[in-house]
Amino acid sequence: MTVLTILLVLVLLLVVFGLLFRLQILTSIFSGTFTRDIGMSNSVNAVLMLVFLIGGGAWFAYSFVENFGKMNPPIASVHGHQMERMFWITMAVIGVAFAITQILLFVYAYKYQHKEGRRAYFFAHNNTIEVIWTIIPAIVMASLIFAGWKAWTRITGPAPKNSVVLEVMGKQFNWLVRYPGRDMKLGVVNYRMIDAVNEFGFDLSDKSALDDFTTNEIHVPKGVPVLIKIRSRDVLHAVYMPQFRVQMYAVPGMPTRFWFTPTTTTDEMRAKLGNPKFNYELACNQLCGGSHFAMKATIIVDEPDDYQNWYAAQQSFSQKNPDVLAAFKQKAKTMVAPVAAATDEKKAPVMPLAASN
Amino acid sequence: MSDLTPKPNLSAGVQAQGGVGSAPVPTAEHGDHLLHDDHDHEHHDQHWLWKYVFSQDHKVIAKQFLITGMFWAILGGTLSSLFRLQLGWPESSLEWLKPFLGGWIQAGKLNPEFYLALVTMHGTIMVFFVLTAGLSGTFSNFLIPLQVGARDMASGFMNMLSYWFFFLSGIIMFSSLFIETGPAAAGWTIYPPLSALPQAIPGSGTGMTLWLVSMVFFIVSQLLGGVNYVTTVINLRTRGMSMSKLPLTIWAFFLTAILGILSFPVLFSAALLLVFDRSFGTSFFLSDIYIAGQALSNQGGSPVLFQHLFWFLGHPEVYIVIMPAMGMVSEVLATNARKPIFGYRAMIGSLIGISLLSFVVWAHHMFVTGMNPFLGSVFMFLTLIIAVPSGVKVFNWLATLWRGNIRFTAAMLFAIGFVSLFISGGLTGIILGNATLDIQMHNTYFVVAHFHLVMGSSAFFGLFAGVYHWFPKMFGRMMDEKLGYIHFWLTFAGVYLVFMPMHYVGIAGFPRRYYAWTGFDAFSQFADMNKFISIAAIIAFLGQFIFIFNFFYSIFRGRRATQNPWNSTTLEWTTPIIPGHGNWPGEIPAVYRWPYDYSKPGSDVDFIPQNVPYSQTQSSNLPYEQELAD
Repeated sequence: MTVLTILLVLVLLLVVFGLLFRLQILTSIFSGTFTRDIGMSNSVNAVLMLVFLIGGGAWFAYSFVENFGKMNPPIASVHGHQMERMFWITMAVIGVAFAITQILLFVYAYKYQHKEGRRAYFFAHNNTIEVIWTIIPAIVMASLIFAGWKAWTRITGPAPKNSVVLEVMGKQFNWLVRYPGRDMKLGVVNYRMIDAVNEFGFDLSDKSALDDFTTNEIHVPKGVPVLIKIRSRDVLHAVYMPQFRVQMYAVPGMPTRFWFTPTTTTDEMRAKLGNPKFNYELACNQLCGGSHFAMKATIIVDEPDDYQNWYAAQQSFSQKNPDVLAAFKQKAKTMVAPVAAATDEKKAPVMPLAASN
Repeated sequence: MSDLTPKPNLSAGVQAQGGVGSAPVPTAEHGDHLLHDDHDHEHHDQHWLWKYVFSQDHKVIAKQFLITGMFWAILGGTLSSLFRLQLGWPESSLEWLKPFLGGWIQAGKLNPEFYLALVTMHGTIMVFFVLTAGLSGTFSNFLIPLQVGARDMASGFMNMLSYWFFFLSGIIMFSSLFIETGPAAAGWTIYPPLSALPQAIPGSGTGMTLWLVSMVFFIVSQLLGGVNYVTTVINLRTRGMSMSKLPLTIWAFFLTAILGILSFPVLFSAALLLVFDRSFGTSFFLSDIYIAGQALSNQGGSPVLFQHLFWFLGHPEVYIVIMPAMGMVSEVLATNARKPIFGYRAMIGSLIGISLLSFVVWAHHMFVTGMNPFLGSVFMFLTLIIAVPSGVKVFNWLATLWRGNIRFTAAMLFAIGFVSLFISGGLTGIILGNATLDIQMHNTYFVVAHFHLVMGSSAFFGLFAGVYHWFPKMFGRMMDEKLGYIHFWLTFAGVYLVFMPMHYVGIAGFPRRYYAWTGFDAFSQFADMNKFISIAAIIAFLGQFIFIFNFFYSIFRGRRATQNPWNSTTLEWTTPIIPGHGNWPGEIPAVYRWPYDYSKPGSDVDFIPQNVPYSQTQSSNLPYEQELAD
């Protein structure tokens, strides 16, 4: 019923509009103004071009300045500052090009509006001008490419040896985080071993997995390079940490990575922004399903000492889940072949793990 | 639809007078074609079904593409209004939409999965059904034969098939809106594994199957059309119409068709492999997946491979969308500025440059997908180079306006609007094409703003310019100019009000395809801005109904057109007011000059059509042209 009513109203509106329009045409024919010679409307449109340039330009400038504070997420990584500088330099370059071309466009449109008796200037080509405006953009682009390439190579280059390593795994719809534990080595994980308890798919027959611990929040130390290893266990996700200027897809079957150096602790940033509730956030930035928009994790940047203390206080996954560990030990006894081989073996059957759960 | 009798052809008369020494003799091929058409017309009036529905006349097929495209545009726009409601007023109840959307409204809220379906279908519809089929399908079909001087397309039958495959594809896509699990919802780029696994999102069930089937038919339609366009431009040009005398529209359609032929098959292969993964248990794109409590047996596939295949079409696709608009805008600007297009050869060169480069830049969509960073550097380099030919085009358009004598027809307004939007949207591409900056900007609203300006709105403006400009040739009547002005200013202001603020939201890092931003501190500061954008978007969308009204009203009641209402030089204006099947009642005019002799010094009139020989224009000939005349 509502559908019908709404549709009916729309149709009626259209009919009314049509009748009014017809009436307007009939009156204009009657009054003799219904001609299509170039006249009033041409100069009105020309003036509107100028009005649009000035009004639109003013609105754009105003709203840009007005929102400038809001549109810059605080920066908390070393490369983030460099990127920010490059971003605004590029914005300035394109801003100049934007202003020049738009002003010329609208001013020409206004200035060269039709005038009776004037004739357009027959100007088909001019090689000199064309070469100039091919070469100048080419030079500008070349310098932008060079700067971008230098920064890109540095940012995506290998992480420093002293980096803190952690791993983030995306799943519908949250982030799982693990640290390598005391041995500083991330243990083997295998998606076939994932279940409700062993969410990461730890293969506890691998020794270096035994001391790996998982957390809900990501903790990283200030001033130390952090290498984030990234996995996904179902669909594509993307690790996006706007304040650190970090983004990398999480791809099932293909681990990825990104490293950065945090410059500001959470507490420092809270003080700086005057917002005691501030937190660094990790958002999913590749469509992953219905709750994509809510797939979030919190990042805490600690002073290095605090980080060490926090790290030492964590309990490993195997300690927290003795059942899972016991199941692995059980299996190691009963099976002839080492379990670790299953990681590479394509035809390995899905192993029923932790059946008690 | 009333003025079907051909009027005496003025330009043809001019040509008959002057061309004494070189009386145009139809070539054997054209002659046969001509006889064949006459035969058709004399002996049986076609049944309306063959004349208007299963027509092989390129002009009818063009109108079919146009009107179908308009249907899809309204639908695509409606979908965007729905999700803008959600983004602008995330807290308010949408219960009133329940009669339309049924189960997709739960407790007054839009279902988040349905939100994603809306976004996906909006993108699919706008990119493929409106701006590919509706834009290129309409104007390539309509203008190629008319502007190169051909009776029809090389194969009228294939041309008809092209439309009906498109129609079939549309029916399938449309029907997917009504199935229980909803239409495809994995984004218009349908990245697997999301699009491959119904467990991941309901839209990847039947909805996705229909999407893929529909797209297969769509690709067939594109290929049938594209082969036809290329063949027609190469083989059926009239006497004298060398490639260097083609209007820029034809160059644009020609290169667009080549891009389509070379890139759509790759999408076909991607779709096919995805069908295999979905239905036959292969692992092209799937590996190491645990979902819905189950570890899948697929191993060794790569989701990134799909992205390579997709964007190998996907990037040329944006040029498939924009290049026809560029061509038409060049034509409309020159005609209404009463000036030759500046740098005709540079314009062709830049079109060719853009076409070539468009094939080697696809991975700039994938800088942060885990692709080898070295590839990122290469693609950044190739991507940013595109700015150079694009810049040349913009400067040439500006130089075309300079010292012109501009008539602001509705088409001209949209052409100027196109240039403005193309600049605004194109420039931000310099940021996104820079791999370093893309780390932050990837998949944010900055990207959304960028491509909506540079390929979405611009292409729409090109489409509008084309419709207003060639409407008289299509329907023999004029569209109402005043409504055209209102439509333009409303749309132009609307587009800027929608997409300029979107850049701010994007710079702040707000991710696209988010149902709500309220969960994140970093993104929640733009609530008012999102409301503003939504209001502007909905008003701008409603403004399009002025155009729809104007269009259909003018078909039946518009002012009668004259033969060459814009005093244009190209061949389509030498046909009768409403050309019949075969386009020219007599011989096809021969071509002697380039298409941009506007305001030529020494000439009495401010335009000299392409079919006027130099021997008739002694007073205005340039030295080398005089040699040709002698």
